[in-house]
Amino acid sequence: MSKNKTAGYKGPYGYQKRREGDGRSCVRYKCGLTNTIQDVLRQRPGWMEVKDDGEWDFNWCDVGWLRENFDHSYMEEHVRICHFRNHYELTRKNLMVKNLKRYRKTLEREAGRIEASKCDFFPRTFELPSEYHLFVEEFKRSPGSTWIMKPVARSQGKGIFLFQKLKDIMDWKKDGSRSEEQRDETQVESYVAQRYIENPYLISGRKFDLRVYVLVTSYIPLKAWLYRDGFARFSSTRFSLTSIDDQYVHLTNVAVQKTAPDYDPEKGCKWQMQQLRRYLTARHGTETIEALFKDVDNIFVRSLQSVQKVIINDKHCFELYGYDILLDQDLKPWLIEVNASPSLTASSQEDYEMKCCLLEDTLHIVDMEGRLTGREKRVGGYDLMWNDGPVYREDVNLETLGSACFTANTHLGCVNDRKKQLRQLLKPFPSKKRI
Amino acid sequence: MMDEGTELSLTIAQIVQRLKATHLHSQIERQAKECLHRPEIQLESLKEDVRNFLKASGWERKLQNAVYRELHVQPLPSHPAAPPEHAKEPLAYMRKAQVNWEKRILKSLNSMCTELGVPLARKRPAVEQKELTNKWNEMGTDEPDLSRFRPVYAPKDFLEVLISLRNPNHDSSEEASAKSHWGLIQVPLHDRDIPQMREAYSELSLTTGQLGIDDHTHVPPDLFESEHTRIGKKVVNEQDSAAAQQYSRQGCPTGLRADLWALILNSTNEPEDVMHYEQLKAGVIHHDLLVDNLIYKDVKLTASNDDYYFVFEDFLYQVLLCFSRDTAVLEHFSYNSATPPKSYIQGKVGVEEFAVVYPPNGVIPFHGFSMYVAPLCFLYNEPSKLYSVFREMYVRYFFRLHSVSSSTSGIVSLCLQFERLLQTHLPQLFYHLREIGAQPLRIAFKWMVRAFSGYLSTDQLLLLWDRILGYDSLEIVAVLAAAVFAFRAENLMEVTSLTSAEAVLADLSTLKVMPLIQIFLFATVI
Repeated sequence: MSKNKTAGYKGPYGYQKRREGDGRSCVRYKCGLTNTIQDVLRQRPGWMEVKDDGEWDFNWCDVGWLRENFDHSYMEEHVRICHFRNHYELTRKNLMVKNLKRYRKTLEREAGRIEASKCDFFPRTFELPSEYHLFVEEFKRSPGSTWIMKPVARSQGKGIFLFQKLKDIMDWKKDGSRSEEQRDETQVESYVAQRYIENPYLISGRKFDLRVYVLVTSYIPLKAWLYRDGFARFSSTRFSLTSIDDQYVHLTNVAVQKTAPDYDPEKGCKWQMQQLRRYLTARHGTETIEALFKDVDNIFVRSLQSVQKVIINDKHCFELYGYDILLDQDLKPWLIEVNASPSLTASSQEDYEMKCCLLEDTLHIVDMEGRLTGREKRVGGYDLMWNDGPVYREDVNLETLGSACFTANTHLGCVNDRKKQLRQLLKPFPSKKRI
Repeated sequence: MMDEGTELSLTIAQIVQRLKATHLHSQIERQAKECLHRPEIQLESLKEDVRNFLKASGWERKLQNAVYRELHVQPLPSHPAAPPEHAKEPLAYMRKAQVNWEKRILKSLNSMCTELGVPLARKRPAVEQKELTNKWNEMGTDEPDLSRFRPVYAPKDFLEVLISLRNPNHDSSEEASAKSHWGLIQVPLHDRDIPQMREAYSELSLTTGQLGIDDHTHVPPDLFESEHTRIGKKVVNEQDSAAAQQYSRQGCPTGLRADLWALILNSTNEPEDVMHYEQLKAGVIHHDLLVDNLIYKDVKLTASNDDYYFVFEDFLYQVLLCFSRDTAVLEHFSYNSATPPKSYIQGKVGVEEFAVVYPPNGVIPFHGFSMYVAPLCFLYNEPSKLYSVFREMYVRYFFRLHSVSSSTSGIVSLCLQFERLLQTHLPQLFYHLREIGAQPLRIAFKWMVRAFSGYLSTDQLLLLWDRILGYDSLEIVAVLAAAVFAFRAENLMEVTSLTSAEAVLADLSTLKVMPLIQIFLFATVI
């Protein structure tokens, strides 16, 4: 029978005994997915899988399970689950845009136009059919432009297409002339129409987008971590606006690329983030690319802030988001979307290892074992990006407060020497004295 | 032997001769004429004033860089009575071996040509020309049937040639077994030992700052990196070729590397360079060469399958197809032991006026050739600039990796150097590997032939090539090869076959080259 230990106690694996003290010395987990996360959970010392309806301390569930069960589950204080109840406010394309637009308006009202312009990282987007008329106005204002239609709730590139003529999207026309009967019969799926970025940054003629991982452990106050690794996903064919029907050119999702006729699984169409960062730095210089990555940080922070008041904050929840970012030729980053369930299936050995490390570090931060003090700025490959305020690399204290130069504590695409850092971080020592 | 004074005047005369024909000469001439209008040019001190003007406006520096470049590609000075082939390669037995090797390659090429019924060269019909022009930026999407084409040779074929090299004047019968060479290369070339290299590569010593070591995350940047970058910016601003070369010995910062390498190689992207490239491109459009298929095949088999370089597939075609047609490359054969294959117009065999070099640049690509270009795509994305840099790197360094010569940067010397370093400093390992039938050179050869391209991760490769440029020598490649074996020595001692030895050394992508080289050169107990 274990009793509550003091905060400084660290057992053989550093377990924190359950507060209710009912004697469990391991973490019982439930896992709804069958990919890399399964392996990571299984290999974690002291973690045991529970089957069926057993009680669990940790749940890595899919969003479907969440939708059906979250509201009916009672979770004890120490329990953790990998999604926020209404994550879709950030991850469904139409809601994300709605929240961002609203946040931008508030910012403009409260802090002025310049501050609000920092939110101009998403292309003009309209929800259809509800915003059809607004969309048409914008469409007519920019003749010859290309737009992309995306279903709000699907993933992996399904249902997406490009168009340049209004007639291609007649089905989404919100029109009082349609009879009641017609409207009931053909309930069109909700889509967003978004201005297509026609000048993406190309490497050797190929378009790519960035997948970045952001871990949020709390919305109020906002605490977010940025993972150093990520990747650039290349389209397997050369970019050209003349073939907008060729979705293999325009969509860089690995899932879509896999079905392309010349896809060679051995070839791989990804670059590690470090590779991309080095390439861009070699082409444009250090200062330019540091500024670019600062703009990318801005996207994460602002997008999270835009849903901060809407998301139901729950101390049991944490969420690992997969952000999709696109660069244009002027090196401006654009937010394409945020995924609540970024793919954890590995496309290669290298990819598998990266995802394992990502998930391990995620679990380190969730810290079921109680090994962290809560004051860490870095855990493995994660850097603390926002902690109810910006987090800086330099220690901010009375002495440094006067200095003008603070750098953000983010290292996207930088060296990830996580093993070394973890060895130092998770060293068990008897007590921590602060003078 | 000529005395130094005569040698120098001869070199100067040669350089002046070469530069007179260049665009730079006419530009400087024009500048000199135009500056006469300037107020500071006085008639009394005309020569002095014009000189000062050229200096202040940066033209003197450009001339310096051009001279510096010529010094790099000069054939070795030799006796006035020596025949030109001595400038290519002084040792007769090496020349003979190279000639025989070339005969074999040519035979292989010709037989492929006959077998497949494909002509060596063919003018493209207008329709095909138009198609190619449209597809120029995405030739990688083309999937021609290349199954019938085979690479003309692979590095391992070349290795066999090197292994069979013998100096007929060298009597090795008297050598005791302890002194004899355990490796595969059995020619008595001179190379440097570690104490000599410590002096030569002093900038790589343990006490000198390096990129690849002292820019590591835990080292505060003000210790070395910031200052080094500041100096690098200055070097680029000054546009000084020689300074850039010296600077590169300690590594080039990522953001400055493209400019620094272009400076070291004196690789410009002036209108005349762009025009030259466009002319080559026109050549590709008009004629189809048999070697084009070899290039396509090589790119598809190597670079396209590489995790880092697959993106640059199209650039590789744009560079290599033009390269094959560039007759300016023929100049380097004056100091290359190789000789371009010649073909004669029908009926005029042996008559020099009717000789045609094939391919036009005289270089037949082999399996892995495209990997010389691939890392450069990381730095340059304008095809004419990329082309210019690659061509210069080829005529200064890469050609030595696939021709038989006695040059210290030549592949024969590199192999010998590698084996000697291993035998001297890791005798137990070498002996063990020999016993299990895993001669180290059989594994290391493919790395060295490609100067490690495709084996190291890109950032590490670029750090290595920084030093090749900085020291104007490929010797460091042999040192790295030995250092890799030293690093994995423990695991290699456990293996019992060639296959398992290869497996231990199959993946070099996690290696950090500078620490390995530094430790091998400066921390090995002599």
